[in-house]
Amino acid sequence: MSATGIGAPVRRKEDFRFITGQGQYTDDVTRPGETRAVFVRSPHAHANIKSIDVSAAKTMPGVIDVLTGAQLATDKIGNLICGWMIHSKDGSPMKMAAHPALAATKVNCVGDAVAVVIAETVAQGKDAAEKVKVDYEVLPAVVDPAKAQAKDAPQIHPDIANNTIYQWHLGEKKDVDAAFAAAKHVTKLDIVNNRLVPNAMEPRAALADYDAGTDNLTLWNTSQNPHVARLVISAFIGMAPEHKLRVIAPDVGGGFGSKIFIYPEEVVCLWASRKVKRPVKWTSDRSEAFLTDAHGRDHVTHAELALDANGKILALRAKTIANLGAYMSTFSSSVPTYLYATLLSGQYNIPSIYCEVDAVYTNTAPVDAYRGAGRPEATFVVERLVEVAARQMGIDPADLRRRNFITAFPHQTPVIMAYDGGDYNASLKKAMEMADVKGFAKRKRDAARNGKLRGLGYSTYIEACGIAPSQAVGSLGAGVGLWESAEVRVNPTGSVEVLTGSHAHGQGHETTFAQLVSERLGIPIENVSIVHGDTDKVQFGMGTYGSRSGAVGMSAIVKALDKIEIKAKKVAAFMLEAAEGDIEFKDGKFTVAGTDKSAAFGDVALNAYIAHKFTGAELEPGLKETSFYDPTNFTFPAGCHICELDVDIETGKVDIVNWTAVDDFGTIINPMIVEGQVHGGIAQGVGQALMEGAYYDANGQLVTGSMMDYTMPRAHDLPSFHVGLTETKSPSNPLGMKGCGEAGAIASPAAVINAITDAIGTENIAMPATASAVWTALQKLQAPKAA
Amino acid sequence: MYNFTFHRPTTVRQAAGLLARNPDGKLLAGGHSLLPVMKQRLAQPSAIVDLSLVEGLSGVELKGRSVSIGAMTRHADVANSQVLKDVMPGLASVPGSIGDPQVRNRGTIGGSIANNDPNADYPAACLGLGATIITNKRRIAADDFFTGMFSTALEEGEIIVRVSFPVAKKAAYEKFKHPASGFALVGVFVSKRGPDIRVAVTGAGSNGVFRVTSFEEALKKRFAAKSIEGMTIPATGMNSDIHASPEYRAHLVAVLARRALAKANA
Ligand SMILES: Cc1cc2nc3c(=O)[nH]c(=O)nc-3n(C[C@H](O)[C@H](O)[C@H](O)COP(=O)(O)OP(=O)(O)OC[C@H]3O[C@@H](n4cnc5c(N)ncnc54)[C@H](O)[C@@H]3O)c2cc1C
Repeated sequence: MSATGIGAPVRRKEDFRFITGQGQYTDDVTRPGETRAVFVRSPHAHANIKSIDVSAAKTMPGVIDVLTGAQLATDKIGNLICGWMIHSKDGSPMKMAAHPALAATKVNCVGDAVAVVIAETVAQGKDAAEKVKVDYEVLPAVVDPAKAQAKDAPQIHPDIANNTIYQWHLGEKKDVDAAFAAAKHVTKLDIVNNRLVPNAMEPRAALADYDAGTDNLTLWNTSQNPHVARLVISAFIGMAPEHKLRVIAPDVGGGFGSKIFIYPEEVVCLWASRKVKRPVKWTSDRSEAFLTDAHGRDHVTHAELALDANGKILALRAKTIANLGAYMSTFSSSVPTYLYATLLSGQYNIPSIYCEVDAVYTNTAPVDAYRGAGRPEATFVVERLVEVAARQMGIDPADLRRRNFITAFPHQTPVIMAYDGGDYNASLKKAMEMADVKGFAKRKRDAARNGKLRGLGYSTYIEACGIAPSQAVGSLGAGVGLWESAEVRVNPTGSVEVLTGSHAHGQGHETTFAQLVSERLGIPIENVSIVHGDTDKVQFGMGTYGSRSGAVGMSAIVKALDKIEIKAKKVAAFMLEAAEGDIEFKDGKFTVAGTDKSAAFGDVALNAYIAHKFTGAELEPGLKETSFYDPTNFTFPAGCHICELDVDIETGKVDIVNWTAVDDFGTIINPMIVEGQVHGGIAQGVGQALMEGAYYDANGQLVTGSMMDYTMPRAHDLPSFHVGLTETKSPSNPLGMKGCGEAGAIASPAAVINAITDAIGTENIAMPATASAVWTALQKLQAPKAA
Repeated sequence: MYNFTFHRPTTVRQAAGLLARNPDGKLLAGGHSLLPVMKQRLAQPSAIVDLSLVEGLSGVELKGRSVSIGAMTRHADVANSQVLKDVMPGLASVPGSIGDPQVRNRGTIGGSIANNDPNADYPAACLGLGATIITNKRRIAADDFFTGMFSTALEEGEIIVRVSFPVAKKAAYEKFKHPASGFALVGVFVSKRGPDIRVAVTGAGSNGVFRVTSFEEALKKRFAAKSIEGMTIPATGMNSDIHASPEYRAHLVAVLARRALAKANA
């Protein structure tokens, strides 16, 4: 292994600019004559708009224009769309309600934009926004997914009965029912997967610039996938033809899924820029972010597990109601279906599985993919069921897991996924050793002496990453293919630019991708730069989410590098006057087999461009190759997390005292970055389990609308993590990578709740398990005394 | 934020004059309570009177049997004051538990007390020690100063100059942090100074900081956790929100009082 190649813990190249405040984020970009957009937002969760009067606002100082949804409709700006078609059990297509970028006749959640002020400054825009008079007829609201389908629930969208978007299912109900009828033991759980607010450090922003001379539009925005944004904004919203729209996602400060989607604000900025013929910028403040960023999770589930007398799992069934909020966000339909139910087999050999999912509208912010997207919800269902079943049957939870682990691959689950490899026993064993499970009983006794209830919880999770074979996702309803592209440009001096369709917003691609190139071409990592996030530079790409940039994005780079090597060998053959087949490439040097004749990579690059050694008839000059890589399968990262914690009997406060994570991510490019991804993921998962929860009151007001009420995990809430790895290579991509971005967030909530319930002796605790919630659960148990 | 005029007086008298001329003007100390509400456009003062250049408003001093803390003394400076740590570490621990380093390096005791946030920490210390709040006009006993959520005995234009805390032999603060904001979900300050025993609670009450007289009575026999073992306070009058029920807050008052007593006696 070279010091900068695959497997080396190279320091992140991008961090210097980030930690010295020199990153260039969307809000840092300024254009001459820039104006600012300030949105007028609905204070009501559900209301008819009787009238909007912008006349007073228009006369305010610094105001250039005030635009409304009516004008948007006149200008034939299309609605926002959800790009993944889901069909209900009865074959009917999902019911996608109209989602205009500015509401014209009705608002459906607090924060719905009804008008936009374009002003010289933000302050002037805000002053004017207060003068926009909107006459609302307030309607009753529904926020709870479990109540959205009730007969007396307010109907949110015309023609969409019972607020039901689809009633989908997966699996064979007949087989499952038969297995349950024959089962010796059935475990049943009611589970709420709490709604989360993503809270990326950088709030969303958009800057649109219309060039009247060329009729071109440029959009800088906080996007995880600028090409997809361009495609949707031109093909569906009709803003401009694709070749007249350039989307640039510069440095982006965190996404966690929330920046995958196409949002109203960027559409409005583009439209407004064309109207006022000046650049228009909008930067969300934190309050707007809480209200308008797509939220995550929000499932209500009843789940059951059937087992035989020996603790062998026979079947699993689940019924989930998924809250998609007021409108269907860009990929929202796929999250509680194909990203969720397909993972309900966990690491286990489960002969039959049946899952029903109803997706509903409510008067809340849209819900879409958030770190893990569907897979954390699935893992929570499976890992809670397994843990509770073990306790109920008096079987050690680790043992019950072992009895049911899949050990032979490939393994076809009853829910679409075909697992291609893994070693679940290995990660469980290693994690149990690292966590010193053997010494737990003693530690529990010691803790009890200090008034603490100690608990230990497992989560042996699996996820499907590297999304995904285009044909497969197409057959499941995806509106796009999920390949990735790469272009490798070797310069005449031998330095290299890699253009990738992946997008980095914290993941460290500028380092890991460069490590791959450094290793393959034998050149220093400083000689490689990674270019991403600009539709004018990168030909096309699908972006970064679903832990796909390594498994799919880097595979595309590998394919392009393969082509570079082939072409470079041809050049070297001319230079060294040898047959192409005799040229070998190793450690940055081309040699003629069996001789000492060689040419360095840089010389070959130069010769490719000066083209003095071959004629145009013999070889095209230049050294630049492109590849589009479509994966052959999902990848299946898996592992075991063990959480050990103390519950303060008097206050209910939970303190995590030890965290062990053993993950199988396949090939690791940079272990330091991987460890960082695991840390961040666990922090978010622990946040979900112990702290985070978005609450709307019955009127649809977001009670947790700021950091004063929405609890984000802080460094001091978390212990030092013990992170380990096992490795089985993914057979589905050339590098054998599986992906690591979401694992922590997927694995950890179940580990925490399994540990708390182990400590307090009741399964009856919902997330977030705040001190107050745990104390209340303990009271219901009539104050157990520490042993 | 709306527009306002900005003034920087150098004496308390000038500041008072500016407030008199600008009836809806506001004093600015650390700005960590005032600026957020202005930024959210929830407050619209026409004038800001910044106290940062007024001389003689900061510092921690031992004056006989009491500690005097200037209104503009930053939380961090109180927390790190050696004088205070020597005579009453229990009081020094209060500002140390406030917010994060940014907040502690800007926020002031005068601002905190004038603001009287129902979850703020200093009000518990003031009431729990029987402090005296000294303004440009008069001296106000802590027992009379805190009059309810975000309300105090301060009159229009009255400026806190310093706060005087009697040195108690035993004093301690126990705080259970609000999970999101880090303010006190419940905070209990206990002290014993001769026969004067005080148990003051912040965060829990729907009417702001209050004393628990039943605990104080019980502690007269012996100032120790044992003396209030098993005692509770009623949940009526406690705050209720998504973070904690009234019952939980009432329960925490008793738990934290016992823990504070143990700390005070340690
Ligand atoms: C993120 C964050 C976390 C925080 N966490 C905590 C916490 O854990 N515990 C806690 O107790 N507090 C906390 N605070 C509040 C913090 O302590 C504030 O600094 C304090 O409450 C107000 O002090 P200030 O000096 O900033 O006052 P300012 O914000 O400047 O003023 C507050 C009010 O007091 C008035 N005022 C200021 N000085 C005087 C004076 N001398 N005389 C009369 N009136 C005056 C002002 O006019 C204003 O109305 C937090 C604040 C933030 C932003």
